[in-house]
Amino acid sequence: MIERGHHDMGGLPAGKVKRTEHDYAEWERRADALAVLMGGKGVTVDERRRHIEALPPEAYDKLSYYERWIVALTQALLQRGIITTAELARKMTQVERRA
Amino acid sequence: MPEPRFRPGDTVRVMKAYPLGHVRTPYYIRGHTGVIERICGSFPNPEELAQMRDGLPAQPLYRVRFMQKEVWPGYRGNAADVVEIEIYQHWLEPA
Amino acid sequence: MKDQGKYQALTYFQLMEVSLRELLVEKGLVTEQQIASAVEDMRKRTPERGARVVAHAWTHHEYKARLIENGTRACEELGLDLPALKLVVVENTPQVHNVIVCTLCSCYPRMLLGIPPDWYKARNYRSRMVREPRAVLAEFGLKIPGKTRIRVHDSTADMRYLVLPMRPAGTRGWSEERLAALVTRDSMIGVALAKQPRSK
Repeated sequence: MIERGHHDMGGLPAGKVKRTEHDYAEWERRADALAVLMGGKGVTVDERRRHIEALPPEAYDKLSYYERWIVALTQALLQRGIITTAELARKMTQVERRA
Repeated sequence: MPEPRFRPGDTVRVMKAYPLGHVRTPYYIRGHTGVIERICGSFPNPEELAQMRDGLPAQPLYRVRFMQKEVWPGYRGNAADVVEIEIYQHWLEPA
Repeated sequence: MKDQGKYQALTYFQLMEVSLRELLVEKGLVTEQQIASAVEDMRKRTPERGARVVAHAWTHHEYKARLIENGTRACEELGLDLPALKLVVVENTPQVHNVIVCTLCSCYPRMLLGIPPDWYKARNYRSRMVREPRAVLAEFGLKIPGKTRIRVHDSTADMRYLVLPMRPAGTRGWSEERLAALVTRDSMIGVALAKQPRSK
């Protein structure tokens, strides 16, 4: 369970490929852009991957691709101290009140 | 920067180790034997970059070719089918 | 910039994206303009870019050799901007079929082809393509003859891969532009062949 990362799935049994495609939403494109821009500031793709790999298996399976990305990017920024949990909480509350 | 240890055509074995941390050597290939297809160059170690360290000195990265019939028990396909994977030098031993 | 949040309830993750973005802008780490530019930049990266490279290789023998030797440099020859891309181009022949997967995540030549499709990033493709490529390719409607060798490339580290599909028969004398229209994204991943010319 620990020895093999949940993301490390090459060769495991799985179902038929569902050839779904979707037009990426604006928020997803912005999440992608944020990750790329923060990469330019030294937040590496490797750190973000580590944070994705650290997601609980159920979350890894159930979250969409960019949902995983935005969580991983947030974790990376928190770890680096670029943002704090308190700042994030304040901001999320502020944004929610606006909507 | 140290010289790459392996050259195209060398037979190598992937370490049969299961360390924690961020690893880019897939589980399914550990312990298997393959042939160096090319040297990709040297790059900062992603295992270290993932831990917010600089990953230097850069490590040689190889593409290694494995016979599918040797990797998967009961593989059905052409006996010459292969899987080719990029593996960092510190995961490889001479075979 | 249009903010979805004003018009409909945000999901938890959309809320996180908005919050993160606003914090980073407030801290002066990014600007709204940079984000908009980066989004626009990625929008412009579509499979048509890769198709151009393939069509050029089909019509220029020496270019094809350079492309296989050093994918990034050869793409840059055509004026393509490919920041940090280390491209390996693998050529399909009647004897060898190539297909790309990233079992560990979703590595893909984004700077050349744009964002990968959902299925490429999902469990079923990532798990099975390394182990049973013929079965998975058959699910894509591609039957590879038993005598053709398959090379599966697991994109595990710094390199990114482009399959150079075979040039379809019946295209002699075609312009590069016309040839490029036959080159689909899926043929450059290796789960399809290039389109056949429509019969007259």
